[in-house]
Amino acid sequence: MSLSRRSLLGTTAAAATAFGAARSGRAQAANTIKIGVLNDQSGPYRDTGGVTSVACTKLAVAEFAAKGFNVEVVAADHQNKPDVGAEIARQWYDRDGVDMIIDVPTSSVALAVAGVAKEKNKLHINVGAATSDLTGKSCAPSLIHWCYDTYMLAKSTGGATVKAGGDSWFFVTADYAFGQQLQKDTTAFVTAAGGKVMGSVAYPFPGTTDFSSFLLQAQASGAKVLGLCNAGGDTVNSIKQAHEFGVKMKLAAMLMFITDVNALGLDVAQGLTLTESFYWDLNDRTRAFTERAKKVTPNNWPNMVHAGCYSGTLHFLKAVADMGIEAAKKGTGTAIAERMKAMPTDDDAFGKGSIRADGRGLFKSYLFQVKTPAESKGKWDYYKVMGETSATEAWRPLADGGCYYLKS
Amino acid sequence: MFGFSRPQGVSFLIMLAAVIISPAFFYPILLMKVLCFALFACAYNLLIGYVGLGSFGHAAFFGMGGYIAAYSAKKWGLDPALAIIAGGLVGAVLGAVFGWLAIGRQGIYFAMITLALSQMVFFFCTQASFTGGEDGIQQVPRGKLFGMISLQDDMAMYTVVAVIFLVTFLLIHRIVHSPFGQVLKAIRENEPRATSLGYRTDDYKMLVFILSAGIAGIAGGTKSIVFGIATLTDVANAQSGEVILMTLVGGMGTIFGPVLGALILNFIESYLAQLGAWFAVTQGVIFVLCIMFFRRGILGELAARLKVAL
Repeated sequence: MSLSRRSLLGTTAAAATAFGAARSGRAQAANTIKIGVLNDQSGPYRDTGGVTSVACTKLAVAEFAAKGFNVEVVAADHQNKPDVGAEIARQWYDRDGVDMIIDVPTSSVALAVAGVAKEKNKLHINVGAATSDLTGKSCAPSLIHWCYDTYMLAKSTGGATVKAGGDSWFFVTADYAFGQQLQKDTTAFVTAAGGKVMGSVAYPFPGTTDFSSFLLQAQASGAKVLGLCNAGGDTVNSIKQAHEFGVKMKLAAMLMFITDVNALGLDVAQGLTLTESFYWDLNDRTRAFTERAKKVTPNNWPNMVHAGCYSGTLHFLKAVADMGIEAAKKGTGTAIAERMKAMPTDDDAFGKGSIRADGRGLFKSYLFQVKTPAESKGKWDYYKVMGETSATEAWRPLADGGCYYLKS
Repeated sequence: MFGFSRPQGVSFLIMLAAVIISPAFFYPILLMKVLCFALFACAYNLLIGYVGLGSFGHAAFFGMGGYIAAYSAKKWGLDPALAIIAGGLVGAVLGAVFGWLAIGRQGIYFAMITLALSQMVFFFCTQASFTGGEDGIQQVPRGKLFGMISLQDDMAMYTVVAVIFLVTFLLIHRIVHSPFGQVLKAIRENEPRATSLGYRTDDYKMLVFILSAGIAGIAGGTKSIVFGIATLTDVANAQSGEVILMTLVGGMGTIFGPVLGALILNFIESYLAQLGAWFAVTQGVIFVLCIMFFRRGILGELAARLKVAL
């Protein structure tokens, strides 16, 4: 008998230690809005999003003078894995009382998180991911896609490149939702403009750091333009290696941020054309925003994703204040999203804009060319504006997206 | 009735009570994850703890079970129970293939063959179109159990997962404490002697390998139905390492050890997730401490101190 009593004690002790480590986090202050920033904080997209996105979200919170409610910001690393992202999102919405999740780069993860947001009817403002499916076949009433997508990039950079004589293309593509979608959208614009695609190669994401074999394959194809359908650290690595290998093709980085240009240096990056919807030196308002942002992120100036986290958070908080905190806490993600769509957006980073019925944020997009070292006058002075597309022209027409809830 | 010794009976009752009351205190999704991994670790333990076969490729069965369950539930609209069973069957078939190639080998060669085969399965999954590559199979519906009970509610899902876990756990216990299980332990202790007593040891090893792979497939299938997603994470090498860690931390060759190991590691992962990369370091430290101080695992050590079998 003494044996079993001791074993009983032993097992209970073991169970108690394991359980004691846990705590219940269900208690939630009724007048606190909780924002979750979910992105890549350690992998290839850590500079394009990462901690700078968190800093810009907090900046928006700080600037939004508290109107009778508190705002709390939490952050997590999704490691570019859809299952990790979906799990964190689920936990945040269910257990931790997060009212809105923002950023979520990496399209595969974004689609998973969008699925959770739809299932739970909670608000998700996507800034970091590119796939145009977020407002197309994977759209959700409680989902808003902020300031760029594959369609807008393909239209601006792809269209401009073909116009400049780059009429035969070879794609090097990150093999997941984003790369595939970007290649698909770009191909559509290239062929529509009379160009042709000579071939493509998809590489495993994440984890590829050596692009040499793909670059040589591209060069062997005889195409004039090398279309890079990747992002972040991958884009930086592939451009660097193309430079080192002396690849003679014209490079079209279909998605590139100013943070990537900074990582490459102007020597390598000069002459590249790219598209962003935000640049710090566009006008007085963007400069004013950047001055403030520099205080919280002095070494990594905001790109369009960082600016988007600021802008999206600000607009969300305005909508919450407009609804009243009680209504916002009680209401569904769809209700808040609808209020956000009903209100025009206006902030220093993007100026005046709006959100369309399918959740597409409508802002101007700009075509930039990277300056030569001689043209650059100072730190982060990297872009020349080559053209701009108005908010009505830049994005995929509402009817072409195929978003299900608009058809009713 | 299941051949529990008294300490095991007591432990089982404690586990049963914990399974029943814990949703009141903890996040049910986390608990479901614990149960899925506990099942996976129990399956692994069946192999390494009771036959002494150290496989380095169990993620292949777990992940493939997950893919099959997710695919059949999403594309064919299969009943969740059938989808999970399909996952288990595919895990078992894959186990038969692995076993056929690996069983004749011993020790490190056995481990290396399973590792190589599971890497092949992994790369197959990155390229095959049905797995969705990096994106995985997303938005898998939980569906309605037997066409009637909606599993959308977390508590309904939890009940199903708990039942699957308990039934399979008892099955494993039954296997281990049957005459068949006695032979397995004899093989673990001294294979030539078991052969000399007239047992076809390869056949026994093969059968238990298939059983273990099948249960791992069920665990993977359940996990993908719970989370509504099946991805490369579950089929990757790291997952094979994870299950080894769970089994070793809890106590290899004890029936409850793997459950405790899964519980500890998942809770650590969940509550230390904010630490980001430091989580992996913490996990490493735990592993090292375990090797240094609890070489038999937490429950293994406890059982040895108390001179009972747990």
